[in-house]
Amino acid sequence: MSDKDHFVEIRHAQKSYGSLEVLKDISLNVERGQIVAIIGPSGSGKSTLLRAINDLDPLTGGEVWLDGVQVNKSLPHRQYEKHINEMRQQVGMVFQHFNLFPHMTARENVTMAPMLLKGLSKAEADKLAEEQLDKVGMLDRIDYYPSRLSGGQKQRVAIARALAMKPKLMLFDEATSALDPELVDEVNMVMKKLAEEHMTMIIVTHEMDFAASVCDRVLFMDQGVVVEEGPPSVVFKNPTKDRTREFLRKHLAGAA
Amino acid sequence: MGLDFTVVPGHLDIILLGCAWTIGIAVAAALLSFFGGIVFAVIALYAPWIIRQPFRLIEWVFMGTPLLLQLFLIYFGLVQIGIDLPAFVAGIIGLGLHFAVYNSELIQTAILSVDKGQMEAARTVGLSRGQALRKVVIPQAVRDVIPPIGNNMIALLKDSALVSVIGVSELTLSAQRAIGATYRPFEFYLVAAMFYYVINLCMEWVQRRIERRISISR
Ligand SMILES: Nc1ncnc2c1ncn2[C@@H]1O[C@H](COP(=O)(O)OP(=O)(O)O)[C@@H](O)[C@H]1O
Ligand SMILES: [Mg+2]
Repeated sequence: MSDKDHFVEIRHAQKSYGSLEVLKDISLNVERGQIVAIIGPSGSGKSTLLRAINDLDPLTGGEVWLDGVQVNKSLPHRQYEKHINEMRQQVGMVFQHFNLFPHMTARENVTMAPMLLKGLSKAEADKLAEEQLDKVGMLDRIDYYPSRLSGGQKQRVAIARALAMKPKLMLFDEATSALDPELVDEVNMVMKKLAEEHMTMIIVTHEMDFAASVCDRVLFMDQGVVVEEGPPSVVFKNPTKDRTREFLRKHLAGAA
Repeated sequence: MGLDFTVVPGHLDIILLGCAWTIGIAVAAALLSFFGGIVFAVIALYAPWIIRQPFRLIEWVFMGTPLLLQLFLIYFGLVQIGIDLPAFVAGIIGLGLHFAVYNSELIQTAILSVDKGQMEAARTVGLSRGQALRKVVIPQAVRDVIPPIGNNMIALLKDSALVSVIGVSELTLSAQRAIGATYRPFEFYLVAAMFYYVINLCMEWVQRRIERRISISR
C-alpha cells in the first residue's frame, strides 16, 4: 500500500484563502528519522504547509498521512475531533512566539497535557517534567513562570512541552526567529540534540547555516510551490533554479 | 435627644446574626456569579444557536430589569409554577444570576483577548477545544478580569440589602428590627453601615490576595 511507503506523506496539498491560493499542489515525503528544512521568502506558504500537517490550518485539497494514518481524513465532526486530537498528540509543534502557558510554571507547562490526556500520576508527571526539562537544559528553572524566563529559555521549555507527549514527529516554525541573536544557539543546540537522537523533524527556518548542518534535505518554497528540493549540499551550493539562487543571494547578503 | 450607643449592645445579637446572613448570602451569591459568569460566557461564545437563545433571554431579564423585581419574580413568581424556594435561596439565586450576567460580559471580552497562540498551542499537544478552554484560555481570561469582577462583588455586597424585601433577616433588616424595638434609627443604621464597611474591607483584602498570587506568574 502506498500510504505505508513514507513516514510523512503530503499528497497534492492545496490551500486557498478565498481567491488567494497559498499552497499549489504540494507533495512531500519525509522518512522516519529524516530532518527536512523548509526555506523560502516570507509569505511563500511555509507556515501554512507546516500547520496543515497537524491540521491547525486545514487543507482545502489533498491529503496528509502520518505513519500510515491519514491525518485529514473525512469523518463526522465528533469522530474527527477525537481522531485529530489523537493525531496531534503524536506531532509536536514549536512556534516562533513560544506560546508557553503564562499561568503555569515550566513544570506545569510540560506536565499538563500528559496528565490530562495520558492519565499520568503527579509523581510520574514530575519525573517526566524533570527528564524533559533536563534534556533542554532547563531543570534549574523547573518552577519558574514563563515571565521570568528569557526568550531562549522559553523556547527550550516549549520544546520540552512538545517532547513530553513523546511525539513521532516534531514541527518547528521559525523557532529562533523571535530570539535575540545571542539566544539562538541555545535553542539550536537542543534541536541538534534531537537530530542526533534521530527525531523526525520538519523545520521552517531562515538560518541557512543551521539548516545546512543538521538537515538531510532542504525544500525551497516560493509562492505556494516547492521550487527546488535536495540535499543541502546541492540546494545551498549548487542550486539549479534561478529563483533559488536569487533568494539565497539576497538572504545570505541580508544576513551578513 | 442626642446619639446614644448604649442601646446597641442589648441588640447586638440580632445585628450579628444579620451580619452572618449577609456574609453567607453575599459569599454564596458571589461564588454563583463567578462560576455562573464563566458558564454564561462560554455559552455566549461557543454554544450552538439553539442553546444560546434561552440564555440570551436570561441575560436580557437580568440586565434590563431592576434587581428588586428579579427577586420578587424568583421568590413570589416561581411559587405559582410550583417552585417554592426558601427566601434566602431565592435571594442567593437572584443576586448570583444578576451579577453572573455582568461577570459574563467581562469574561467574554477577556476570553476573546487571550492570544490566539494559546489555543493553538493547547490544541497542538492534543487537547480538545473544551479542554483547551478549561485549562488554558479561561484561567488566563479570568486572571485578567479579577479587578473588575472584584468591583462587581462589592456592588453585590451592597445590593444584598435588597433581599430584605423578601424577608431575609440580613444586616439591613436586622437593623430595622432593632430600630423597631428601640426607636433609635441613627445608631443602628450607623452600626449596620460599619459592619458593611468591615465586610467590604475583608472582601478587598481577599481580592488583593488573589491579585498578588496572580502577579507572581506575570
Ligand atoms: N488566515 C489567513 N487568511 C488569509 N490569508 C492568509 C491567512 N494565513 C496566511 N495567509 C496568507 O497565506 C500566505 C502564506 O502565509 P504563510 O504560510 O504564513 O507564509 P510563510 O510562513 O512562508 O511566511 C501569505 O500570503 C499570507 O498572507
Ligand atoms: Mg511563517
